[in-house]
Amino acid sequence: MTALSVENLAFEYPDGNQALFGVNFRIEAGERVALLGPNGSGKTTLILHLNGILAAGHGSVTVDGTVVDTADKESLKRVRSRVGVVFQDPDDQLFMPTVAEDVAFGPYNMGLRGEELEHVVKDALEQVGMLNFRDRPPHHLSFGQRRRVAVATVLAMKPRIVVLDEPSSNLDPASRRELAEILRSLDITMLMVTHDLPYAAELCDRSLLLSGGVIVADGPTRGILADESLLAQHRLELPLGYRLT
Amino acid sequence: MHRLEPHVKIVAAFLFIVVVILTPITNWQAYLAYFALIGIATAVARLPFLTVLRRSLIEIPFVLFAVLMPFFGSGEQIEIGPLTLYVEGLLAAAGIVAKGTLGVLTAITLSSSTQARELLRGFERLRMPAVMVQIITFMLRYVNVVNDELARMRVARESRGFEAKGLRDWKVIASTAGALFIRSYERGERVHLAMLARGYQGRLPDETHHHVAPHRWLTGLALPVSALVALAVTTLLRGAVG
Repeated sequence: MTALSVENLAFEYPDGNQALFGVNFRIEAGERVALLGPNGSGKTTLILHLNGILAAGHGSVTVDGTVVDTADKESLKRVRSRVGVVFQDPDDQLFMPTVAEDVAFGPYNMGLRGEELEHVVKDALEQVGMLNFRDRPPHHLSFGQRRRVAVATVLAMKPRIVVLDEPSSNLDPASRRELAEILRSLDITMLMVTHDLPYAAELCDRSLLLSGGVIVADGPTRGILADESLLAQHRLELPLGYRLT
Repeated sequence: MHRLEPHVKIVAAFLFIVVVILTPITNWQAYLAYFALIGIATAVARLPFLTVLRRSLIEIPFVLFAVLMPFFGSGEQIEIGPLTLYVEGLLAAAGIVAKGTLGVLTAITLSSSTQARELLRGFERLRMPAVMVQIITFMLRYVNVVNDELARMRVARESRGFEAKGLRDWKVIASTAGALFIRSYERGERVHLAMLARGYQGRLPDETHHHVAPHRWLTGLALPVSALVALAVTTLLRGAVG
């Protein structure tokens, strides 16, 4: 079953800067896919279309069989509960006074109350190993912990697909590995937006390569990362000394 | 006192201050009673005396003006040692200092016995507009983030040899403030996006539904009611004597 499908998506910002020029791809339920691309390739713009924060200038985004329609408030609400976006800076995502309140924010907006809400929050925090920090204010946590809580805030909404924007950025090696373990343990469809190529190789079998506002490659991650000239053409490089195994 | 519902405490503090303000300063016996009452309140709340004292220093700039008042004015004068003071100004100054101090002490008792988060819940229950409650909630959450950002910018400035020495350097300080404003504004936009992404529709969650038992209100209102009693008794006594 197709979890997410993007067809001919094009978008121009109000200032005339066109970021997307007809993007096409599909993600099947249960897949873990990496979206690779250099800075300024349109990755963030694409993410903001997936849950209807930006309205498609042309083309369409379909989530779980429903076309994202930014004009229809009810359908937007459904789409946002189905596509969970983990933003890059956890300080943007964690805005409530305590960890638990923040994790409760999404499911509360979806109408959950009382014990049910309590249960969902506990479950989500458990999945990222942060249950012991539930009553702490976010600014008392380390960066890696904050990112894990940010993942929990999205898991609590029980989305069909989780979209992560640069999940490994600014993490120390141990936090980076711990997050990878957590992400691998989740039984959920995932789109991981990154230019951390080894991270993509570690977690995702399939990759999309976005460059200049179009998808220029779509296939097994190893195949894409092994194609040096393709990477070089789109300002991507494997770290020095890194060997694909 | 720490356990009392926040909105009960807010109402009690507000009413107490109203009673204080309505009392003429010439009724000094009532003021003695008020100070005693607020003293009892801080004692019941187990607030350390030194903390209360330190926090009440915030009053000093306001009181400074009041201290000058007896020196200027017209009408009846009295002489205290080498100083010639105007009675009217003296009374007005005493009024400001007494009422101000009581107000500050009440506010300190309220804020020290209630967490900021709880205080906001209290205001929300008292029907303060949701937008204002949210603004303050976000301020509490992000004041540290913005502060850290400012500290990083200062370190970055100083690492490149900047030192604020005089008027000329204000330009640098001003552009730092400008940059900080723009960054905070952009963060605001990103936070808003993140909220929308999780289904925000204009209300922050509130999972606390506590019905306040009547006796809780009685406990809370003990402070302003005793103040009112003190006012009545002293006024009556003065009437009888005069």
